[in-house]
Amino acid sequence: MDDLYREVIIEHYKNPSYRGHLDPHDIQFADNNPLCGDHIEITLQTAADGTVKDARFDGHGCAISQASADLLIESIIGKPLDEVKSLNKQSILDMLGIELGPVRLKCALLSLKVLKAGVYGLGEASDELVE
Amino acid sequence: MSYNPHEIRKDFPILQRKTHDNVPLVYLDSTATSQKPLAVIEAMNEYYRRSNANIHRGVHTLAEEATAMYEEAREKIAGFINAPSSKQIIYTRNATESINLVAYTWARANLKTGDLVVLTEMEHHSNLVPWLMLQAERGIELEFISVTEDGLLDLDSYKTLLSRTLRHAQGGAPKLVAFTHMSNVLGTINPAAEIIRMAHEAGAITVVDAAQSVPHLKMDVQALNADFLAFSAHKMCGPTGVGALYGKAELLESMPPFLGGGDMIKEVKLRSFRPNTLPHKFEAGTPAIAEAVGFGAAVDYLTKVGMDNIAAHEHEITEYALERLEEIPGVKLFGPSADKKGGVAAFTFEGVHPHDVAQILDRDGIAIRAGHHCAQPLHEKFGIPATSRASFYLYNTKEEVDLLVNGLYKVRELFG
Repeated sequence: MDDLYREVIIEHYKNPSYRGHLDPHDIQFADNNPLCGDHIEITLQTAADGTVKDARFDGHGCAISQASADLLIESIIGKPLDEVKSLNKQSILDMLGIELGPVRLKCALLSLKVLKAGVYGLGEASDELVE
Repeated sequence: MSYNPHEIRKDFPILQRKTHDNVPLVYLDSTATSQKPLAVIEAMNEYYRRSNANIHRGVHTLAEEATAMYEEAREKIAGFINAPSSKQIIYTRNATESINLVAYTWARANLKTGDLVVLTEMEHHSNLVPWLMLQAERGIELEFISVTEDGLLDLDSYKTLLSRTLRHAQGGAPKLVAFTHMSNVLGTINPAAEIIRMAHEAGAITVVDAAQSVPHLKMDVQALNADFLAFSAHKMCGPTGVGALYGKAELLESMPPFLGGGDMIKEVKLRSFRPNTLPHKFEAGTPAIAEAVGFGAAVDYLTKVGMDNIAAHEHEITEYALERLEEIPGVKLFGPSADKKGGVAAFTFEGVHPHDVAQILDRDGIAIRAGHHCAQPLHEKFGIPATSRASFYLYNTKEEVDLLVNGLYKVRELFG
């Protein structure tokens, strides 16, 4: 019925593989989407070779925000941090396989924004991180 | 003849349009803003086509016509809420600005550090943030009438608040009670007359946020004995960009002006000015003239349909909607029963975020709202980040409620 709610999105929303909180962790960051109150926290462990050893997300929000967080975490485990830094809006849209309007784009990009703010060690997550 | 929403719908051009895939629009978001009847659109058009000029002080024909239209609309609005005089109707941008006007003028002239302002836990941000700002600036004290599980105001907590503060060490009985007449989330219609009477007994003045009540209930500011009452045109079939503040004459007279500029003055010298008389004292600069004319046309339209008819229709449709929504497994409704509320149904859907609910319904042309509806503390109180909200007005039908319910079953199917 609906492109936006493809089976893969519903599946990752209902049964996420990477929901949780890593302790100890090397990187932790959390942020909200003030528009709708979506909340995402990401915790991440790094390996000595500069790759992502393991990562988890936690939080609440709509199907788009939670599914994209799960897909994002899945995609970065084992990847070099430099590669994580180069992820952008298009990377998320490719993972989701859908087109999004401006409002829902914010939902989809929240996890990437949180992840990149954490990896760069920033105090605040800005929209410029995911352009 | 009995009330027929299908006939009413013919007055609203936008309700004839289609959305995605050619499905008819099912507009269930009137609590955010109502749609506009042709009569209102035409009145504003006609103003621009025939009479547009700046108001007051002009002597040419157009200026006189424009001024007359602007002031006639004020008369209509005054009559609509039974204000003793149109001088007590101040045009603002919206209910938010009306409340801010009171906070910036009356409150800053009358409240000092430690003075108590009583609000409720169900306020829209527009009747919370202006007081928080004043608290930050002045150190006023804020207390809140609590909301019960059923979404009603706990009047016992109000009584406790009033009596406790009467014994307050600093002698601080409340100076002001500001509350919503109808909750924009729960739909609760609060006992405004009683709240005002109790406030007056404690020596406080009152601000009524009537943004949701004036569009839906017959308003009588004199029967309520309200000191200030704020509302917006756009929620009552009128245009955006214009609203009103009603105030008791002696209060308005005693208050300092709000914004400074043209029209709000009687006389200006290089080093001094004298403010204008009511209502102009509070209306600086060129106002939204066409919108005021549209506001007047909206009042005419609602009067013609009849506020009692509108309220009865909304009651019937809300009762039906609550009954049907309750049947859906996973749906949890917020707010009191239909006899205690206006045409609002806020709900959560187990396992589905409100934004997803709203988005899926949109595919069927159904417009509802999702989020915290500018009442974040109220949602926090109920332990939820957001709700989905369907709201009803004079043009909504039971068939539309059925479409909403069918849509929600689709949501359920999709999220299984």
